[in-house]
Amino acid sequence: MSRKPKLTYFNGRGRMESVRWLLAAAGVEFEEEFLETREQYQKLIKDGALLFQQVPMVEIDGMKMVQTRAILNYIAWKHNLYGKDVKERALIDMYVEATMDLNEIIMHHPLQPPEAKAKHLATIIEKATTRYFPVYEKALKDHGQDFLVGNRFSRADVQLLETILMAEECKPDILSKFPVLQAFKARISNIPTIKKFLQPGSQRKPPLDVKLLPKVLSIFNIGNE
Amino acid sequence: MAGKPKLYYFNGRGRMESIRWLLAAAGVEFEEEFLETREQYEKLLQDGALLFQQVPMVEIDGMKMVQTRAILSYVAGKYNLYGKDLKERAMIDMYVEGTRDLMDVIRVHHKLSPKEKEKNLALIEEKATTRYLPVYEKVLDDHGQDFLVGNQLTWADIQLIEAILMAEEKVSTILSRFPLLQVFKARISNIPTIKKFLQPGSQRKPPPDEKLVVTANRVFNRK
Repeated sequence: MSRKPKLTYFNGRGRMESVRWLLAAAGVEFEEEFLETREQYQKLIKDGALLFQQVPMVEIDGMKMVQTRAILNYIAWKHNLYGKDVKERALIDMYVEATMDLNEIIMHHPLQPPEAKAKHLATIIEKATTRYFPVYEKALKDHGQDFLVGNRFSRADVQLLETILMAEECKPDILSKFPVLQAFKARISNIPTIKKFLQPGSQRKPPLDVKLLPKVLSIFNIGNE
Repeated sequence: MAGKPKLYYFNGRGRMESIRWLLAAAGVEFEEEFLETREQYEKLLQDGALLFQQVPMVEIDGMKMVQTRAILSYVAGKYNLYGKDLKERAMIDMYVEGTRDLMDVIRVHHKLSPKEKEKNLALIEEKATTRYLPVYEKVLDDHGQDFLVGNQLTWADIQLIEAILMAEEKVSTILSRFPLLQVFKARISNIPTIKKFLQPGSQRKPPPDEKLVVTANRVFNRK
């Protein structure tokens, strides 16, 4: 039937990483085309492949999907990772949007000028440990179940694990006051599809190498204004 | 049964305005509680009413919902504004997200210094007329239907008209090269629920001003 989904993006995490996580968690094999030159990007635009001239773009089920949230929503629905009813979906959406807010702050860390980096890191740690993690710690503690919503694995769990690991890259002991999240992290990491994604050789991408940033930005002609 | 949805936010557009639009378009009456003092905000926090300590918050169907997109998705789903199947949802999501990206550029405008404002106006015009509006003009041209997706009113249409009106407030000629969008704007504005929302006295909020910034800073104790 359908071919494998094909992801078009840089060879790096950025906004595509959450899509890789979700597909991997769902056990879906996917291909990747890495943008390396401005010419590649311009060809994609000329071919009309990028609806708003942006990546991420994912070819899936005959569509060229853009906009990270649209892509994630579609994959979650298709692979039953979006709860069993409207109320569960509402809760998943709330959790996922907040996780993406934290993810967004962390994602911007490498882009901070040197003089702002320490303060930015402090903001990441503060938000993670006082605004976001306490909510998930409490949610898991209150219902005592293995997964965030509906006693069933969902995108909320996948996206939270992704963000926890990114936060730990900023501060390795960031979960020290969150024992329930530590257990959650271990448990979700052990799910076979996720365990596989966490192993070397998977399509998971490493943290951004800041030295490569100017080249990446030049593909979009950013920084040349 | 459930009471009317109740919206907690400032007396201004901000991130809540899209929710007001969607509820109004769906013909749903709603109440509003406006944050004016720090004490109000702290009470909401203390009562555990704000899951991530943030507004917008909407009490709806027994939930205290936060996170703008979560609220919008719920409202769209509930009132049949999210398409009839998964493929239509995917299109709606793509269009809505594109439109929201454009709105993000416009939304910060009133917070900028005069010099930054000038630059931002140019950015609004560029992004609107080269990245976003051409896409929707083409969509309407290609299928010749009245609405963006699935030949019926959806969240995508409502999000787009909100964005068009916001953009026109900054650059009045922004639709000048988009005849189909001009027709779209007139047509959607004429839908009874939306027409009502566009009239004076509705719960639609005026463009933001300095006063709103001052209130927000006071409530959130920002310097």
